[in-house]
Amino acid sequence: MRSNNQKLSGADIFFECLRREKVEYIFGYPGGAVLKLYERLYDVDFLKHILVRHEQGATHMAEGYAKATGKVGVVLVTSGPGATNTVTGIADAYMDSVPIVVFTGQVPSHLIGNDAFQEADIVGITRPITKHNFLVRDIKELASIIRKAFYIASTGRPGPVLVDLPKDVVNSVCEFSYPEKVEIRGYKPTLYGHQNQIKKAADIIKKAKKPLLYVGGGVIMSGGERELRLFAKENKFPVTMTLQGLGAYPMNEDLSLGMLGMHGTYWANQAVNNCDVLVSLGARFDDRVTGKIEAFALNAYKIHVDIDPTCIDKNVVVDLPIVGDVKHVLAELAAEINEPPKIDEWWKQIQRWREECPLKYEKNDGKLRSEFVIEKLSEKTKGEAVIVTDVGQHQMWVAQYYKFTNPRSHLTSGGLGTMGFSVPAAIGAAFAIKDRPVISISGDGGFQMNMQELATAVYNKLPIKFIIINNSFLGMVRQWQELFHAEKYSFTDLSASNPNFVKLGEAFGMKSFSTNNPFDVDDILDEAFAVNDGPILIEFKVVKEDMVFPIIPSGQTIKEMMTKRLDPKEMV
Amino acid sequence: MKHTISVLVENQFGTFNRVVTMFSGKGFNVHSLSIGETEVPDISRMTIVTSGDDKIIEQVVKQLNRLIDTLKVVDLTGQPKIERELALITVYYQKGTRTEIVNVANIFRGKVVDINNKSITLEITGPPDKIDAAVNVLEPYGIKEMARSGTVALKRGEQIKHDKKDILVNHIKEGTK
Repeated sequence: MRSNNQKLSGADIFFECLRREKVEYIFGYPGGAVLKLYERLYDVDFLKHILVRHEQGATHMAEGYAKATGKVGVVLVTSGPGATNTVTGIADAYMDSVPIVVFTGQVPSHLIGNDAFQEADIVGITRPITKHNFLVRDIKELASIIRKAFYIASTGRPGPVLVDLPKDVVNSVCEFSYPEKVEIRGYKPTLYGHQNQIKKAADIIKKAKKPLLYVGGGVIMSGGERELRLFAKENKFPVTMTLQGLGAYPMNEDLSLGMLGMHGTYWANQAVNNCDVLVSLGARFDDRVTGKIEAFALNAYKIHVDIDPTCIDKNVVVDLPIVGDVKHVLAELAAEINEPPKIDEWWKQIQRWREECPLKYEKNDGKLRSEFVIEKLSEKTKGEAVIVTDVGQHQMWVAQYYKFTNPRSHLTSGGLGTMGFSVPAAIGAAFAIKDRPVISISGDGGFQMNMQELATAVYNKLPIKFIIINNSFLGMVRQWQELFHAEKYSFTDLSASNPNFVKLGEAFGMKSFSTNNPFDVDDILDEAFAVNDGPILIEFKVVKEDMVFPIIPSGQTIKEMMTKRLDPKEMV
Repeated sequence: MKHTISVLVENQFGTFNRVVTMFSGKGFNVHSLSIGETEVPDISRMTIVTSGDDKIIEQVVKQLNRLIDTLKVVDLTGQPKIERELALITVYYQKGTRTEIVNVANIFRGKVVDINNKSITLEITGPPDKIDAAVNVLEPYGIKEMARSGTVALKRGEQIKHDKKDILVNHIKEGTK
């Protein structure tokens, strides 16, 4: 380790800072403006650089790594196109509060603003999609900016931070001094909730007859799953989770009602609709969860725990806000509630809803369906795998049918809904997760958005199972076209243009499988899970026209929930 | 309803841009915005006049606070404060109207700062509604050009130490509420 006050080049300072931040992996792509950094990287042995095939892939890998571990994901790319290619991944990380730090090269300071070769104002471009960003204007600031970048990305409500590094700054020399402590006077996240508010919340919860815990990704990010499990179990509270919250509470246990919202279970949505106390934990009342805002949990007393004050009262006005780290608040709440409220009647009601409208799909016509594949996966992996999904129908089916038992196991692009997320994010996760299978599930559309990264997976011998749920359609868009857009299937049919996925997988050097027969699924999965020296690819050719049910149409209420495809006869 | 929000920010490269892009990105209104150094060289004060219902203003304040470069955000609306704006107004004059225009300037305690054979430039300072009134009166003469600085505001000094009851009394005295 380099000592303080030594004279170092910008590149040396850069890597020394990364060493002190305990960075294990950098996902990157070299180019003109970062050549000096790559020159030094050649001899760096304390971290591993992963060469990606496209910079968007790098940001999603960093996200996958960060979501799976809770550590900060790191990206290094060049200026101009290298930087702009990271934008989608950064926006994705911003929406889902993923801690990543993106280092972009920049043209030399004196050329900034001159339309120099490979120049882009990336700090300007990413201002609205980063938690914060920096342009390093002087090498004296470099070490402290990197320290701040990691601190800001990983504390409070996590998020992406971008650091723009002009070429001349990296090339110059300066005395190295790494700040021991970070002091940012405008940034002090509130960790502990207000005592009176917590007491008040506990009093309300104690008296609840129909309580419900509404759990978001914040619980997982704060590492509060243990507190949640204790809190829910001791009091027998029903738990419903958002897309990002899945796995915070084991979904194979009775207290879990599964996911709520647009494609949530009937009983979870009924519970939200009828509860008298709604405790929101690290969730943000997203429109995909609430549907019609005015009707959401209409009669409930709403308690909202969140570390980000802007989330409170943004969409739904709540009765009792608690700003703080949900892990700490949960622990304190649990301590305040010494006697579990009597809610047996409530549970009976929930049970009736469960029986009234269970999740179901056609099993007896001999055709392959994605729900079946996902149920099989859930059984085979006992709900313990890390599942990285893309965006669309398969994503919702995973949320409904895969019974996640652990936090940080369901990695998906929720807020931004980025197609092409799954393949690179699974690669990022696979670098960190060695003890459980990492499974990437994509549709045939999204898979083709970042499939270049298969090369990265093959080169690094990552034992990822790349699963393609191929219905030859942009299925979710098709579903909306059928339901809400006069059945005009405008540009959603991919059947004439899809590649041969097996040959594609083989071209990348992967063992590849394909089937459209439900009776083959078991054998193929067994064979796939036996491969551990590299990635494999499985294409499941499923029924084309299946739709995700239940669905609450956008901006509506549970009254408008559709649970099955309307029979033409019924429509008359 | 209009709100005057005072924000202390880091006097740093890009801070102004961060605040402005936040406003446009979130779809908040900006009626006026002014920025300048404070008594501490590395801190600037921004005075932002915005409008919206209570829910929106709450979000404006929270989103401002959320920016890393903001140090303090105070909604001065409904608080005892001094609000000032400066306007430079160039007005055409004809034979006979020149004295009238100068009179208007005097009534508003403004100053004549420039004159040529066609037009006369006035400097008027005061709360924004006073400027509005002056503009209103000057309009018939023909305004050639106008530049307004945007509102700057500070909390009134003495009242800060008083408790809420005293502030209310002062409100009533001043007739602000």
